[in-house]
Amino acid sequence: MTAVRQQVLVLYLGTSALDSDVVGWSVYDGTGLTSPTTGDSDEPPYATGVGALRDGWRLIQAAPLIPPYPGHEYDTSFLKHEFLFEKLVTMAGERTPQGRSR
Amino acid sequence: MATSDHLLTSVQMAGFVAHGSLRMEAVVPAEMNAEAPSILTAGIPAVPYGSTLAKAYPQGTFARRLIELPEVAGALRSLVGPDPTIDHHAVHVREPRGGSAQPLHGDAIIDVRPDAFDVQLMYYPQHVTPEMGGTLSVPGSHLRRINETDIGRYQNLLGQNRLVCPAGTVVFVHHGIWHGGRRNDSDVHRYMFKVRFNPTVRQRLLWDTSDLHDPAVAQELGRSFPWYEPATARLEMYNRIKLWRALTGDETFDLEHWVTRVSSRPQRSAV
Repeated sequence: MTAVRQQVLVLYLGTSALDSDVVGWSVYDGTGLTSPTTGDSDEPPYATGVGALRDGWRLIQAAPLIPPYPGHEYDTSFLKHEFLFEKLVTMAGERTPQGRSR
Repeated sequence: MATSDHLLTSVQMAGFVAHGSLRMEAVVPAEMNAEAPSILTAGIPAVPYGSTLAKAYPQGTFARRLIELPEVAGALRSLVGPDPTIDHHAVHVREPRGGSAQPLHGDAIIDVRPDAFDVQLMYYPQHVTPEMGGTLSVPGSHLRRINETDIGRYQNLLGQNRLVCPAGTVVFVHHGIWHGGRRNDSDVHRYMFKVRFNPTVRQRLLWDTSDLHDPAVAQELGRSFPWYEPATARLEMYNRIKLWRALTGDETFDLEHWVTRVSSRPQRSAV
């Protein structure tokens, strides 16, 4: 029996262009085989967003460009250029969250 | 407190305004570092919000001795002035190979005061190795307007600081700094003692200002960080300039004309 699980990669880029530099990154692994977490690496997995595409990640969402609210043009807050990617992984056996086959 | 010889310089204050933190390595004597684990394990009783230093930590207690170390007291006075009140404190003990990383967060709630800030003292009694999961912090994040763990999705940012330090290190952070305790992957307990201070005076020119016009001040204030998006980095400069103006009272201070340019609305009639 096989099962499909999703891996999610979130890249924060320097501009709204997908080929701009990665400035932040997160990984969430639906296979349960790895447990990425806060502050676990200093080197980004890819130099740019396009680097992820070339490695087989599929872009599933890009942050929209939203003009600043009047009066708040100089405020800084969340990272603006967030791109979500996925990979679908086919596994040999359905896994529990603990990573053991049922 | 014996602070007058240990006030921060203007260059150090500018560094704090840029980074949102000030790190003082190995400023706590070895005898106190040796005492700390048992004292922190036993716990330090909670104090009411807004307590004076004298009420919160009676003379001779560990916390009082820590805060009155000349380098610590001088930095505290430079940042928040004389007689700050104690907001709260916390002892963090991370079990060996236990627990999980905290999500990245800012403490308390969103806090956008343009001309005042709290500081948090973070004391590390041990030599902190990479495996011990010292505090993760993001330099230059303190002026971003976010609320607590809303930034929890961000696991890693380019140029983040995963604290590794010698025993007896004290770090002062601005209330807005993004940070989180990392997972302890070592075989030893990791200890950290944190105290939040609220100013009770206007935070203006409280440090040693004899170097106020040193070119290194502007260099510090103009520092960028690898995780900044290039466009937003310019807004970071704008907001730092505004904070430096508040801290110095100098409404003409600027870097690269960033604030002056967008504030110019001449009213003189030419006809």
